[in-house]
Amino acid sequence: MPENNNPVRGAGSSSGPRSLFSRLRQGDEIARLITLLFAASVVLIALAIVYQLWADSALSRHRFGLHFLVTSVWDPVFEQFGALPFIYGTLLTSAVALLLAVPLGIGAAIFLAELAPQRISAVCTFFIELLAAVPSVIYGLLGVFVLVPLMRQDVQPFLKSTLGFLPLFTGPAYGVGFLTAGIVLALMILPFIISVSREVLLSVPRDQREAALALGSTRWESTWKVVVPFARTGIFGSIFLALARALGETMAVTMVIGNTPQIAASLFAPGYTIAAVIANEFTEATSDLYLHALIELGLVLFLLTFILNGLARLLILLTERKGAEVRA
Amino acid sequence: MKRFTGFALALLALGAIALAQNALLINGAGATFPYPAYSKWFDVYHKQKPAIQINYQSVGSGAGIRQVTEGTVDFGASDGPMTDEQLKAFTAKRGTEILHFPTVLGADVPTYNIPGVSAELNFTPDALAGIFLGSITKWNDPAIASANKDVNLPAADILVVHRSDGSGTTYIWTDYLSKVSDTWKTKVGTGTSVNWPVGLGGKGNEGVAGLVKQTPYAIGYVELIYAIQNKMPYGKIKNSSGVFVKADLAGVSAAAAGAAKTMPEDFRVSITNAPGKTAYPVSSFTWLLIPARIQDAAKRDAIKGFLHWMLTDGQNYAEGLAYAKLPKEVVARELKALSKIQ
Amino acid sequence: MTARMTPRVLWRKSLSAVMLSLTGVCAVVAVSVLFLILGYLVIHGGRSVNWDFFTKLPAPVGELGGGMANAILGSAKLLALASLIGVPIGLFGGIYLAEFGGHGAGFVVRYAADLLNGTPSIVIGIFAYALLVLPFKHFSTFSGAFALGIMMIPITLRSTEEFLRAVPLALREGALALGANKSRAILTVVLPAAYRGILTAVLLALARVAGETAPLLFTAFSNRFWSPGWNQPTASLPVMIYTYAVSPYDDWHRQAWAAGLLLLGLVLVINLVARVVLLRGAAARRS
Repeated sequence: MPENNNPVRGAGSSSGPRSLFSRLRQGDEIARLITLLFAASVVLIALAIVYQLWADSALSRHRFGLHFLVTSVWDPVFEQFGALPFIYGTLLTSAVALLLAVPLGIGAAIFLAELAPQRISAVCTFFIELLAAVPSVIYGLLGVFVLVPLMRQDVQPFLKSTLGFLPLFTGPAYGVGFLTAGIVLALMILPFIISVSREVLLSVPRDQREAALALGSTRWESTWKVVVPFARTGIFGSIFLALARALGETMAVTMVIGNTPQIAASLFAPGYTIAAVIANEFTEATSDLYLHALIELGLVLFLLTFILNGLARLLILLTERKGAEVRA
Repeated sequence: MKRFTGFALALLALGAIALAQNALLINGAGATFPYPAYSKWFDVYHKQKPAIQINYQSVGSGAGIRQVTEGTVDFGASDGPMTDEQLKAFTAKRGTEILHFPTVLGADVPTYNIPGVSAELNFTPDALAGIFLGSITKWNDPAIASANKDVNLPAADILVVHRSDGSGTTYIWTDYLSKVSDTWKTKVGTGTSVNWPVGLGGKGNEGVAGLVKQTPYAIGYVELIYAIQNKMPYGKIKNSSGVFVKADLAGVSAAAAGAAKTMPEDFRVSITNAPGKTAYPVSSFTWLLIPARIQDAAKRDAIKGFLHWMLTDGQNYAEGLAYAKLPKEVVARELKALSKIQ
Repeated sequence: MTARMTPRVLWRKSLSAVMLSLTGVCAVVAVSVLFLILGYLVIHGGRSVNWDFFTKLPAPVGELGGGMANAILGSAKLLALASLIGVPIGLFGGIYLAEFGGHGAGFVVRYAADLLNGTPSIVIGIFAYALLVLPFKHFSTFSGAFALGIMMIPITLRSTEEFLRAVPLALREGALALGANKSRAILTVVLPAAYRGILTAVLLALARVAGETAPLLFTAFSNRFWSPGWNQPTASLPVMIYTYAVSPYDDWHRQAWAAGLLLLGLVLVINLVARVVLLRGAAARRS
């Protein structure tokens, strides 16, 4: 029993072994059991989710096996289901989002952690935390009415005329598509990258930068060559965390991606993501196999975010330990 | 403590509001194709009988079929009749049959958004199949231009818009394309959701109309009323007699006239590409899907009451919303079929 | 810039200045996103909010007017019930972690909470549909609230643990020395000391789920009328925004903006209140 292995916390019940009855009468055991019940229900819910995703995707897993992950036909009429276009769309939009949000986010985090006066930094951090609270569907709303027309009329024609020789920027300008979804995602994950990176940067010990400055570095050099590398793992952690969120993002993406299961090289092309196809088709899968294929997509998404979250936490933990060790 | 009391009071108030609304609520879901008509009907019916609220969510025909099969809604709605397998699945799951009740007739129209072109375009079946197969990619392609000699079509890329959700509108459209194009039939087939060769998806008739409206050089297919309500241009289609027909009540009724006599017992019938000089080729009945056995007596009576009203008084609201009334023979047979609901 | 600087030093100094100002630009861009969002919603939404919006039911499709009264109440009901489900589990689970949990059990619970925190909301929607909609044959307020409640657990749980651990040891020891047993000490001393922190966490969790749309699509579903009780489908603000935004009707677009403004306002106000609660707590401790 894990009850008494913390000598101070367990102080109230550390007066030696007693019978279960007397412990129950004292009330502590009851309190422990009650809280344990609630804590256990958290584990139970998590397990139940995994089990449900696994059990309810059985038909599709048996029928398609691993081919599910590498084939690209999604055909409800002839009951052929392959997840590749959705996996592709999910990864591509997230990659675009990271490409845009990481430099911006780290830049802003450096500014807030290293340069800005305390007061300004606090105010900006506050605004950025508010930005993190803006609901997904609001991004979708603005995406549909503001960003999509802007992309179609200005941004995409401009990219086409300047960078059109790249396969990335070819094809008709729909307005909706991978690029637009990527931009919306970038805006959504930006606050996460900023606030986590900022905290990681702040945890870098003072003497690190002072030493660099004393050796004649400019302010930027001490930041970029000493502080940022010191916090590198933690910053990667924040990026993974943001990536995990981008992968699972549903509503905003559904509204601007174009909902077409295809693998296209052009960022202007409409696509589809795992979360979006579940949102669109889950209630209407007319056959059981179709439904199980959708749930298997949910399973794939779950596993992807699960792995990324694990990596992220590990990296952040490592950086924080490193900071603590240096300080100690 | 005060805070908690306040919270508890707020909850109580919420509960009270929640309980105060004790009208009979009937939930339905499905087709977006007849949504404007259904929405009107359920609104009018609720005003006539305030004790009955019919909550209809237009989430697509595929969803209507799925959810009524699972029993999560009281009735479904679809523009494509359920397939034999779906009927079997329903009986296996629910231990009773599902009944199809035609409600109104509507038409799918090809709607487009070509800047600078306000003329009504003519579409041959080959042109439509080619566009939606992705083999015709420019607006000035000879297959389109040859039927529209007076229109100056641009050399712009065609942006195809289709449904992203399972949809009866799609069923009707693909059913028609399968009848007029062998390539379509073998490559794509007929269904509420299909594997589209090209284009981008919008959710619901609302979503497709929205996308076409916002996207220059786009073409999509929507139910007639969506094109009319949103003031979007829509084209004529060449029917099986070789005449270019514009979708309207007369064209749809003409397509239905033939079917009324040959209507099968369970009302499941396709009238796309119907014969007749004036028939509009992409017309269809749309159905309510009602389980044959409804346990809750109050609900059963309410649903039967509504169906009766819909088949009689309700029909008069159809034409105002650009849906064609049911042929008289069909109404008579449906009224008889009401007794099958138990 | 003095003349004695070598070109190399000059280059390094100017690079430093340029890069540092670029980071400032990044920060300005990030913050301005928030104000752009707010600006658009206030301009478009503000024009569209009227009395009908708060008091009327939605009009039949294609007809002008109507409002979202049922969606506003629906969202309130969903959030209230979600809190009733999510907060106790998070709170008591957090107490267990901070006060009773050992290494093994504590690790498992923490891990499960992190897992839930990272689970995409749409997946939680699938779960709630399979668990509560299919067996009971009803889309319902309850199933939607259950999905939202699950999403509230991890934030509440981890923050409760954190704030309880931050309560000074001296406080507990004082209570124990006065003869209170452990559960009494937790109830009368430790919890009140961490009260503000926990309340903040609950409010932040609430703000997070208030705007969730994906899990509601196939749990709470939607409803054109008032939703009686807890066992019927209900309209909610986020789902209404989604449905109205992708529709072709201008009047629905107008209402989607209005609903967006209301929802964003709600979320931001909850956030602000949460922060004020925490700040006042900190001030009270200092004085």
